[in-house]
Amino acid sequence: MTYKKGITPYLYFIPVIAFLIMFLGYPLIETFRLAFTHPTEPLGNFLRVTRTGEMWKALRYTLMISAIVVPAQLVFALALALFINMRFKGYLFLLYIISIPLALSDVSAALMSYSIFSPSGYVNKILMNLGMADSPIYFFGRGFETRAFWVIVITEIWRATPLVFVILLAGLQSVNKEYLEAADIFGFSRWTKLRKIILPILKPAILSALLIRTLFAFQIFGVAWLLTGRDIPILAGEAYYWQSIRYNSNVAASYGLVIALISIIISWIYLIVLRSREVEGARA
Amino acid sequence: MAEVKIEGVKKYFGDVKALNGIDLTIEDGKFVVLLGPSGCGKTTLLRCMSGLEKLTEGKIFFGEKDVSNHAPKSRNVSMVFQSYAVWPHMKVYDNIAYPMKIKKFDKQEIKKRVMDTAKLLGISELVDRYPVQLSGGQRQRVAVARAIVLEPAVLMMDEPLSNLDALLRVLMRSELKKLQERLGTTTVYVTHDQVEAMTMGDLIAVMKDGVIQQYGKPEDIYHKPSNKFIAGFIGSPQMNFIDVEVKKNDSMHLLAPGIDVECTPEMSEKITRGGFSKLIMGIRPENIHHVADKNAIPIKGTVYFSERLGAETIVHLKAGDMRIISRIAGDEVFEEDTPMNMYVPPSKIHLFDPESEESILD
Amino acid sequence: MIKKALTLLIAILIAFWFLTPIVLIVLSSLTPSAEYYDPHRILPRSLTLNHLRSLFVTLGGWRATLNSIQVAGISIGISFLFGLPAAYALTRFVFRGKNSIRLAILLTRSFPVLIIGIPLLTLYMRIGISDTLLGVALAHTSMVLPFVVLISSSIIGGISVEYEEAGMIFGLSRFASFMRITMPLVLPGLAASAIFAFIMSWNEVFVAAILTVGNRTLPAHILNAAMTAPDYFKFAAGTIMAVPAMIFIFFTRKYLMSLWGISLK
Repeated sequence: MTYKKGITPYLYFIPVIAFLIMFLGYPLIETFRLAFTHPTEPLGNFLRVTRTGEMWKALRYTLMISAIVVPAQLVFALALALFINMRFKGYLFLLYIISIPLALSDVSAALMSYSIFSPSGYVNKILMNLGMADSPIYFFGRGFETRAFWVIVITEIWRATPLVFVILLAGLQSVNKEYLEAADIFGFSRWTKLRKIILPILKPAILSALLIRTLFAFQIFGVAWLLTGRDIPILAGEAYYWQSIRYNSNVAASYGLVIALISIIISWIYLIVLRSREVEGARA
Repeated sequence: MAEVKIEGVKKYFGDVKALNGIDLTIEDGKFVVLLGPSGCGKTTLLRCMSGLEKLTEGKIFFGEKDVSNHAPKSRNVSMVFQSYAVWPHMKVYDNIAYPMKIKKFDKQEIKKRVMDTAKLLGISELVDRYPVQLSGGQRQRVAVARAIVLEPAVLMMDEPLSNLDALLRVLMRSELKKLQERLGTTTVYVTHDQVEAMTMGDLIAVMKDGVIQQYGKPEDIYHKPSNKFIAGFIGSPQMNFIDVEVKKNDSMHLLAPGIDVECTPEMSEKITRGGFSKLIMGIRPENIHHVADKNAIPIKGTVYFSERLGAETIVHLKAGDMRIISRIAGDEVFEEDTPMNMYVPPSKIHLFDPESEESILD
Repeated sequence: MIKKALTLLIAILIAFWFLTPIVLIVLSSLTPSAEYYDPHRILPRSLTLNHLRSLFVTLGGWRATLNSIQVAGISIGISFLFGLPAAYALTRFVFRGKNSIRLAILLTRSFPVLIIGIPLLTLYMRIGISDTLLGVALAHTSMVLPFVVLISSSIIGGISVEYEEAGMIFGLSRFASFMRITMPLVLPGLAASAIFAFIMSWNEVFVAAILTVGNRTLPAHILNAAMTAPDYFKFAAGTIMAVPAMIFIFFTRKYLMSLWGISLK
C-alpha cells in the first residue's frame, strides 16, 4: 500500500464518479422532475393513478409478492446452504446445479413457468392424462388472478433462491469449525447449535441477503409482466405500461419514484440496523 | 555500490508521524540493520530509501546523488521482500532474469548472469520450476538471487527471514551474511529480531516511534545501551530494571530491598553531577551469578522459581516486591522458597535517569 | 446407511426442483406444435428445430441476439476502462475518504437501476441517441460499472502488493508494473467477472425495452413479441435466452464460486 496525499488518488475515481452522476444521479433528479410535472397540479400524476386505485393495487401486489417471496427464499436458501455444507459425496455437483438459475433472466424464468402452467403445459398434460382433469386448468387470464399470483410467487422463489443461497453458503463456510466442535463437546443439540452458534454468526450474511433480495423484490418486472400482463399489476410493470404503451413519461416516472423511495427506505433501515449492531459490538 | 546518507527525513501518514527526523549515514559496503518493535518506522524508512514511499521532508543521497525524488526504478536499488514477492507466473529463471530483461541486456549476458547467480545461491537445478513448486526457503533464495543479480547500489531486505521455520532461519542468517561479505554490497536489513540484528549487522540502528534511538556496532548496543528502551529490547531474558534510591553517607550507595550497591567513583561522580535522588538500575540476567566473587555486589532474596533448560538455568529471585531474573550456566537445582544470595560485578551495572530513561553512565 | 440414502434422496429432489423447468423449456422449444397442443401427449414422439429456426430467421431473433451481444460488449468495455483505475486506487492507495468512496459505490448497487430508463429516454431524444444500442449500453453500464469496481478491487486486492512493488524496484514504472506483473495474475478473475457482467446486461429487460423500439436487445424483443406470438415461439425464446447464460456459468463456475466467497475445498 502506498500512502497518497493530495489529489492524485481522487483522479482515479473521476471517470467512475462522473459516469455515475450522469447516468444515475441525473436520471434520479429527472425522475423527480418528471413525476411532479403536471399541467394543473404538482401531484397530478400521482392523483391520476391513485384516484382510480391502480397505484394502490400495484403497490399492494408488489408488497404481497415481496412479503411472501423474500422470507420463503431465506428459509429455503438457509436449508439448502446447511445441506450443501454437510459436504456429502457429490455436493459440488449439486452446488453447480443450484447456481444455474443465477445466470437466468426473469424473462427466461417466466417462460419456463409458462411452459409448465400454460393451458397446454406440462401440469395440464399430466393432470389430464391421469384423468384428474377433463379440461385444462387455467392459471392465467381474467378471473384466475389468485392462481397467477401463486405462479409468480413460485417462479420468483425458484429463480432467486440461489442468490440468497450463495451469500448464506459463503457466510456459513466462514463459521469457524472449532466453535461447532466446542459445541459438540458441550453436548449441544443440532437445533441449539443452529440457533445459538450458526445463526448469530450468519447474521451479517442473512442481513445482506435480505437487503439485496428485498430491493430486487420491489423491482419485480419480467416474471409478472410476461405471465400476466396487467392482470397482476406491479409497480415496475405499471411504469413500463405508462411509458411504452400510454407514452406518458410523467406517470411512468411517478411509479419509478415510488420504487426509488421504497429502495431508499429499505437501504436506510438496513444501515440503521447495521449501525445498531456495531454499537452492540462496541458495548460487548 | 554507494554510501547512503539520510538527512532529516520525515514521513507522515496523515496525522501519524511514522518517521520523525531521521539522520543516518551508511558507509559503502556496510551491512546495516534497522531494528525495532513493530510500528517503530523501520519498514517505512526502508521503503523511503527504496522510493516506494515519498518523503514528507528531508533528503536521501546515494553517493553524491540526491535521489529523494527519484522513482524506485531509477535508484539502482533492489529488495528482498518479506513475502519474497517471487512472481508466481514466471519460472525461477525468468524471475531472476526479469530485472535485466527490463533493462534490455544482451540475451547471452542475461543467461550467464542468471546461471552464475543461481549457482551462487545453490538453486541451479530449480531454474525451470515455477515458484509454487518451491519450498519457502527455496523461494527465498530466488528472491535473493533476483536482488543481487544486477549488483545494485543498495540491497534492501525487509524481514526476509520472518517467514522461515526456526532451523532454516539460523542457517540463512549466516548464509546471507557471508554472501553480503563476498559481494560487498551496501545492505540495509530490517528486522524486529534482535538475534538477527546482533549476528548479521556491521552496525545496528535501533528505532522507536519514528526516531533512531542508537546507531552503533552490535557490541556497543549490547554493552552500552544509551537508554532504557534499548537496554530492554536487546538481550533475552530482558534486562532487570530495579528502582533504587541514592543514599549518601561517607560514600554513595544505591538502595533497594535486598540490595545495597556501593558506587564506584565514576558512578558517584555522574550521580552527583546529575543530582539524582532516584535511579533505575539495570542488570542483565547473564551478569547475575550465584557464586560469590570478590568485589561483586550481593543481592539478597529467596528463590521464587527456577527454570531448568539443560544448558542453563533461569532463576527468579524474589527480593522485596521485586522479581530479579538471573541466567546461570549449567543445569543447577535451586529449592523454591530458600534464601539465596546472587552477585553482580559492579562494572555490569547500568544506570538510567528515571525521568528521561537515558543512560547516565555510557 | 439410512442417513446416506436420505441425503441422496434430498439431493435428488433439490436437483429435480432446479433442473426441471430448464429441461422442460428446452424440451418444449423442440416439440412440434401439433404435439404441444395435443393434451394426451406428455412427451413428444419427435423433436424439431423449426421453432428455434423461425425465431432466429423470420422473427428477428438473430438480429436481437447480435444487438444484445453488442450492448453487453460496450458496457463491459466502458465499465472496465473506467472501473479498473478506481479499483486499483481502492486497493493500492491509502487516502482520506477512501471508505466513503467505497461505501458510495456500494450503495449505488442498491439503486433501482430500472427507473433510469424513463428519464434517459427523454435525454437520449434530446441528444439524438434514442433507440440506439449505445444508449442501452450506457444505461447498462450504470448497473455494471459499480459491480466491476467492487469485484475488481477485491480481485486486485487478492494479489499481494509486494509483487507489484518488486516490479517497481526492479525497473518498471507503476503503470508498467501493474500491466506486466499484476495484470497476468488477475486476468482469469477479471475475465470471470466480465462474463458475469455480460450476463447482467444480457438479462436486463426493463431499461432495454423502454429505450428501444427498432434496435431491440433479445429480452426486449421477446418481451414485446411474446405477447402476441404463439406459445412454441415463447419457449424457443426462453431457451435461447437461457442457454448462453448457462454455458457461461458452466465454464466459469469455479471462478464465480470464488468471487462469491465460496470455497470448494
